[in-house]
Amino acid sequence: MAGKVEAPVLGGKIEIPKVQYGASKDQRVIPAKPDLMQKLNFPSERPPDWRERFLEKMAEVIKKYRSVRLFLDICVRCGACTDKCHFFIGTGDPRNMPVYRQEMMRSVYRRYFTTGGKLFRKLAGAEDLTEQMLEQWATYYYQCSGCRRCSVFCPYGIDTAEITYAAREIMDSIGIGSKYTLEIINKAETIGNNLGLTEPALRNTLDFVEEEIKENTGADVKLPLNVEGADILLVTPSADFFATPHIESLTGYAKVFHQAGVSWTLSSYASEAANFGLFVGNYAHMKAINKRIWDMARQLKVKRVIIGECGHAWRVLYSFSNTLNGPFDFLDSRYKVPQHICEFTLDLAKKRAFKFDKSANDNFTVTFHDSCNVARGSRMGDTPGDQFTMPRELINLTCNKFFDMPEGTIKEKTFCCGAGGGLLTDELIDLRLKAAVTRMQAYKDVKEKHNVNFLALICAICKAQFTKILPYYKYDMEEVGGVHQLISNAIVLGAKEGV
Amino acid sequence: MDTLSIVFNLLAYAAASIFIGGLLYRIVQYFNTPSPLKIPGTPAPKTSIGVVFRLLPEILFFRTLLRGGVAEKILWVGGWFFHVSLFFILFRHVRFVTYPVPGFVMAVQQIGLAAAHLFPFALLILIVRRFLNDRMAVISLFQDYFVLFLLLGIGLTGIILKYFLRTNLVDVKAFMLGLVTLSPAPVPHSPVFLIHVILAAILVIYFPFSKLLHAWGVLMSPTRAQTDNPREVRHVAPWAK
Repeated sequence: MAGKVEAPVLGGKIEIPKVQYGASKDQRVIPAKPDLMQKLNFPSERPPDWRERFLEKMAEVIKKYRSVRLFLDICVRCGACTDKCHFFIGTGDPRNMPVYRQEMMRSVYRRYFTTGGKLFRKLAGAEDLTEQMLEQWATYYYQCSGCRRCSVFCPYGIDTAEITYAAREIMDSIGIGSKYTLEIINKAETIGNNLGLTEPALRNTLDFVEEEIKENTGADVKLPLNVEGADILLVTPSADFFATPHIESLTGYAKVFHQAGVSWTLSSYASEAANFGLFVGNYAHMKAINKRIWDMARQLKVKRVIIGECGHAWRVLYSFSNTLNGPFDFLDSRYKVPQHICEFTLDLAKKRAFKFDKSANDNFTVTFHDSCNVARGSRMGDTPGDQFTMPRELINLTCNKFFDMPEGTIKEKTFCCGAGGGLLTDELIDLRLKAAVTRMQAYKDVKEKHNVNFLALICAICKAQFTKILPYYKYDMEEVGGVHQLISNAIVLGAKEGV
Repeated sequence: MDTLSIVFNLLAYAAASIFIGGLLYRIVQYFNTPSPLKIPGTPAPKTSIGVVFRLLPEILFFRTLLRGGVAEKILWVGGWFFHVSLFFILFRHVRFVTYPVPGFVMAVQQIGLAAAHLFPFALLILIVRRFLNDRMAVISLFQDYFVLFLLLGIGLTGIILKYFLRTNLVDVKAFMLGLVTLSPAPVPHSPVFLIHVILAAILVIYFPFSKLLHAWGVLMSPTRAQTDNPREVRHVAPWAK
């Protein structure tokens, strides 16, 4: 990117911009190198017959996914989605309107797969698969975070994420991939986590967290690794081992398990909850990454699997893992498989297993950012919508001051952080800043009304994105953190309110 | 029968065959295309009965549109009144293909007539809103206007037939009844009626090849029609075992 990267100015309310063609055409992911493509069973580079292969793959995807076929056919271009995507609101580029993002695939679909398109071409909205078209795909299908917000407002529930992921799968199949996303998939499949942390490095981190807790509280809280026969296998996004503020939530999980008196373990082989296979629409990679967790659950003979704070990880684990690698009849059937850490903590908190000192969080006035994949792609608890109430209940148990951001920006209408779906990469920083404008506007609103100074959430990507972009918006990067960071602050170790 | 009658009888049968055959083909095609993963838009109902209660307000009241802003509210007014009037207009037309006409068809004649008056105005809203902002201008395609003006043409010729250039209803009924009883009858030689029929035939033929398939969409859309129970029930599609 040439020029200085700056955050948009927050005007006070979310404004829908005028359409500006090509406004974000230069925001592109770095292509994956040939050897990386090959490692993941994709062609190393674009073959001479790429058009045929592209259309073959497209035909296959349409045949395999009802969502894609149906969504390509039934959109009526009513326009309800056009002003709902933060990538459009942030950039004004019409290709970031969900319907017009889909139109790239739909126009090719009409041209090669429908009678009307074959006969009437442009008149029927059909477009040839040209270099320019491919370039648009490679640009704008990597400007969607797959957050599903558009789907909430679509009268038919058309989910652009399905189209985006399908498009990436088609592009991968002709050797055009994203370096960032595919490197992570490769690391997750070979080393076991997205950051490439080896077992000794992992053990070091855990020792460090143990020492920190000892120093701060005097308590001997353990973070066990690879313990066979433990009751619980905890799988978290690997950022929790490494990044700030993520590691504060890891500390929180450890304290919760310690205080609950359960036996638990982490695994170095399955040291990643995140699953970037989702982001490239590749069933095989998604399944392979997911499989490590269930293989390890078998091998360590655990009874339960609990997942740390990560949005799309929870979606894949909650919604897909039973399909991908189930059934899980080798686990204790009294517990849901898998369980979210918020479900675990809140359940015991309601049984009064923990004592919380809310005043420990009195320097925080908290708001909660619903992460897209949790909000619109999964559930917690027993009742639809519990994914909204449970994290808020946990915050209210551990903090005195909590205020929600404005309606229309939270819960099922929540805005994405702006970097999910494989966009959390440096080359897209300008796009990420712009896409976050909706969330920042809503955050500013509660800051001004209620002096909010802490943005709590349960997603590793959101944490990394906000830590990075808050300073651009002149806010302190420490204003973002996990729900279990708040729990970590408030939980009184050694004390029980009586079980 | 004269040539014109033969042509129009053939046209009607061709249109009906393409419509029914095309729709059946589409429905079978959608049914045969698996949903490998559970992707309901959450919060979503946990049971099939819950899904029925999620879909009913969508089908009857276009509930989702009411979640949006002003533009969607305008769309709701145009879209909802358009669909409801179309329903009653079609219902009213049943009298042309039944003998004797059932009581309930007779009962909706007046509502159907009122709907016919509303119909062009609802369509006008749907047309005008495509010019309301720059985003609509970008996304609207020729086919979006094509189908709206086609419907407008059908509605207006219908109104002309009712009020201005009346056709002999007995002849119309004989022609229509002939079609459904497979005993072809002469077509009334009223130009407006013939245009009305041609436009309707074009619409019906176009249906299975177009976005008009959205009629099925909401029923089969995985994001709306799937249950949210992936932890309790293992969902497996044929290719994704």
